[in-house]
Amino acid sequence: MSNTTSPIWVEIGRLEDIPRLGARVVKAPQGDIAVFRAADDHVFALRDRCPHKGGPLSQGLVHGHRVTCPLHSWVFELDTGTAVAPDEGCAARFPVRVDGGKVFLALHGALHGITGVAGIESLEEELLP
Amino acid sequence: MKEKLVLIGNGMAGMRTVEELLALNPERYEITVFGAEPHGNYNRIMLSPVLAGEKTVEQIMINDPHWYTERGITLHVGKEIVEIRRARREVIAADGTRAEYDRLLLATGSNPFMLPVSGNELEGVIGFRDIKDVDTMLAAAHSGRHAVVIGGGLLGLEAASGLAKHGMDVTVVHLLDVLMERQLDPVAATMLRASLEERGLRFMMGAQTEAILGDTRVERVRFKDGIELPADLVVMAVGIRPNLALAKKAGLHCERGIVVNDTMQTYDPRIYAVGECVQHRGQTYGLVAPLWEQARVCANHLAHHGIARYLGSVTSTKLKVTGIDVFSAGDFNGGEGCEEIVLRDRGRGVYKKLVVKDNRVRGAVMYGDTTDGAWYFQLLRESTDVSAFRDAILFGQAHLGDAGHGGNNVMAMADEAEVCGCNGICKGAIVKAITDKKLFTLDEVRTHTKASASCGSCTGLVEQILAATVGNFDKTPKEKPVCKCTEHSHDAVRKVIRDQHLTSLRQVFDFLEWKTPDGCHSCRPALNYYLISTWPDEAADDPRSRLINERVHANIQKDGTYSVVPRMWGGLTNPKELRAIADVADRYAIPTVKVTGGQRIDLLGVRKEDLPAVWADLNAAGMVSGHAYGKSLRTVKTCVGSEWCRFGTQDSTGLGVKLEQFSWGSWTPHKFKMAVSGCPRNCAEATIKDFGVVCVDSGYEIHVGGNGGIKIRATDLLCKVTAEAEVIEYCGAFMQLYREEGRYLERTAPWIERVGLAYVKRRVVEDEEGRKALHARFLESQRHAQVDPWAERASGGVDAHEFAPLTVCEEQAGRGKVSRPLPRLAPHAPHLTV
Repeated sequence: MSNTTSPIWVEIGRLEDIPRLGARVVKAPQGDIAVFRAADDHVFALRDRCPHKGGPLSQGLVHGHRVTCPLHSWVFELDTGTAVAPDEGCAARFPVRVDGGKVFLALHGALHGITGVAGIESLEEELLP
Repeated sequence: MKEKLVLIGNGMAGMRTVEELLALNPERYEITVFGAEPHGNYNRIMLSPVLAGEKTVEQIMINDPHWYTERGITLHVGKEIVEIRRARREVIAADGTRAEYDRLLLATGSNPFMLPVSGNELEGVIGFRDIKDVDTMLAAAHSGRHAVVIGGGLLGLEAASGLAKHGMDVTVVHLLDVLMERQLDPVAATMLRASLEERGLRFMMGAQTEAILGDTRVERVRFKDGIELPADLVVMAVGIRPNLALAKKAGLHCERGIVVNDTMQTYDPRIYAVGECVQHRGQTYGLVAPLWEQARVCANHLAHHGIARYLGSVTSTKLKVTGIDVFSAGDFNGGEGCEEIVLRDRGRGVYKKLVVKDNRVRGAVMYGDTTDGAWYFQLLRESTDVSAFRDAILFGQAHLGDAGHGGNNVMAMADEAEVCGCNGICKGAIVKAITDKKLFTLDEVRTHTKASASCGSCTGLVEQILAATVGNFDKTPKEKPVCKCTEHSHDAVRKVIRDQHLTSLRQVFDFLEWKTPDGCHSCRPALNYYLISTWPDEAADDPRSRLINERVHANIQKDGTYSVVPRMWGGLTNPKELRAIADVADRYAIPTVKVTGGQRIDLLGVRKEDLPAVWADLNAAGMVSGHAYGKSLRTVKTCVGSEWCRFGTQDSTGLGVKLEQFSWGSWTPHKFKMAVSGCPRNCAEATIKDFGVVCVDSGYEIHVGGNGGIKIRATDLLCKVTAEAEVIEYCGAFMQLYREEGRYLERTAPWIERVGLAYVKRRVVEDEEGRKALHARFLESQRHAQVDPWAERASGGVDAHEFAPLTVCEEQAGRGKVSRPLPRLAPHAPHLTV
């Protein structure tokens, strides 16, 4: 399994660790990832970098299933990462899911080594479709 | 099953209503549109440029057939509805097509009024109303042929200029002695006539048409005095008549137009009417701006929102003849109690007249230079008190100071000229977006180009470009909604919060039926401010409705790091504080240390996770947050005053410290800056601050409403007092009035221009009891506000999750050890070592 390219599900914390209508940052080897929680407890994850001028989206204001970038107020759809028209751009999206109050984030390639860990491996089998 | 909505009239008013309705509620209706003309929906007011050859028919189409299909709208073009069966709720077209309705919208527009003279049915006698008329005119327009335009109003002159451009020999015949008498005064009309004559038009004034002569085609026009003119084409432009035939036949109550109420319903509440066919509160309208407002209201009602009412419109007009600038608005002839402010420069061909009553603009006529038309119209609609700048009002808005945007003549601007300095948008890009994307409103231009979307200082310029490109089009309603999430204005929202005792965002959203589940980045910070400023001891501050700077009490920088500005009361500091700042800069490797314009020290480039520790160190040296990030009291700038300065008249530094200690921590609609100067040399620059004090030998001058930023504005002198304690009382009262009545993100400068200095004086200076009450409310609010947000976060554990990552995933070769879970909301994040 050590060279698989399928995503690895990593437990990153509990749902209540993320404020409603807010976000937290997960520091990953591939860069910061912003994990958002909407008012309806839907959770989303985007690369923490606005495609416009690199603003940290995790610091933005969350409304509906959208976030407004703190630097120049571009607005992004949280479920797809695409900018709301007429702005054009996209922030990379990461699969994320909540299970039993715990939040899991799917990370790719850069975390290959993680599959060697028993706890994580079983997690992956449990959660991947 | 969806309700059925049928629209009769595929014109501008009806389709605008449909567009507004789709934006509010796209799912409610199954929509059918009938249009008598064989085209899609087009911009009728642009027919004059089409006639002049400046635009093509394609360029003025608004929605093509594809647009209707995409939205599931059934479109019948070239089908005139001849009957409405109200009892069966169906409409029938001339060709027998039927459609049933639950709601019916009439937008039948108007017909040109044809003079009842003999020969008015001859071939070659037309109105100026639709594409067919333009085609007829273009077909007749050949060099050397004669055209007679009957009617010297807006439409007649546009038709005449267009025909003259095609080489026709054109005579304009007008019943009165003054052209465009409904829009112009005699002076402007004379100047207009002279420049049209220079372009080859001929005029017959005071001429009454008697008959149009010819066999089958028009040949001549005869007047009452016996004079005859040769004519190959006669254009009747003497006025329009609302098209009532269908409504009357259906038994709907009509007077001059179809009579509607404030929700645009006719006497049959299932039937609505909008546009030129409508009579509302005794008025009919033939201009586009009122139609837009009617469309908004009608759509709102059709969508079952039911919160908008149409209250009538104030209109402005602009002649669309290239190279001739005419603008008029409101009551430009004046009347009892009115005064006129006039500028007349024959050499430059410029004439401007404002009609003013009680220091408020009531009407405007401009010829030759219409740059400031939009501005005057805004002053008129908002009934702004102009006393503060009345002496210079005719020189225009640019004259009032508009940094970087001097000489605002948009027509003369090159395409490469930069309009929006924040976003680097030039005029050409704006014009292109307006034309290509068919934009009509300032909001649309902002969304698509970003022009004026940042600091907003070029808004007036962008509005002028919009007006110059599409004609004077959208006139935003008197009170703009807070944002797209609601129809309610700032003032309305705040009134409801106060009257209904609403203390949370949720209550506001529910009570006012917000269109979005939890607002947006525009309305949430505004509502949060209104709640905490109205109910300081009841409404809880919502950090999730604060933008990042106010949420983490530091200023975000372009690279995602933050800047930290500790408070230095009145600009005073000491060796202990400076050492602490130096130590902090060393300890946290802060790359830049800078002195600010407000006499503070700014530490730039602090990593977010270091913020609590930086604050703890600064707190330990006795320093608190400088609120350099907030819509709040920022700084009190001072000079050294009588303690050191040989010119100082009072202890300006000491007073500055007192003012700052008394007012720090207060949230305001926008940032609030103060200064105290020790003598009239004014070294602290107090006259460009929101609240400035200039000390004099006999006391303290209090100045308010200054601004040194986007648009420089010198303060107005509020009053003079003799004791420090009075300065503080006036300061508290002034800030509280601004806090209670200023709109969110409105600085004191535009606020004072909006409400008038006289009003502020009345509340703060003349009404002693009122002043004391305002001051007391400010002090009450301060009891809840003067808590150092840094200390709360550095040691009190408030919002710890803001400053620490949720998880750190590290790749560590050969270790493969996972350490988790770790304590929640820990100041240091759990490390997930991989």
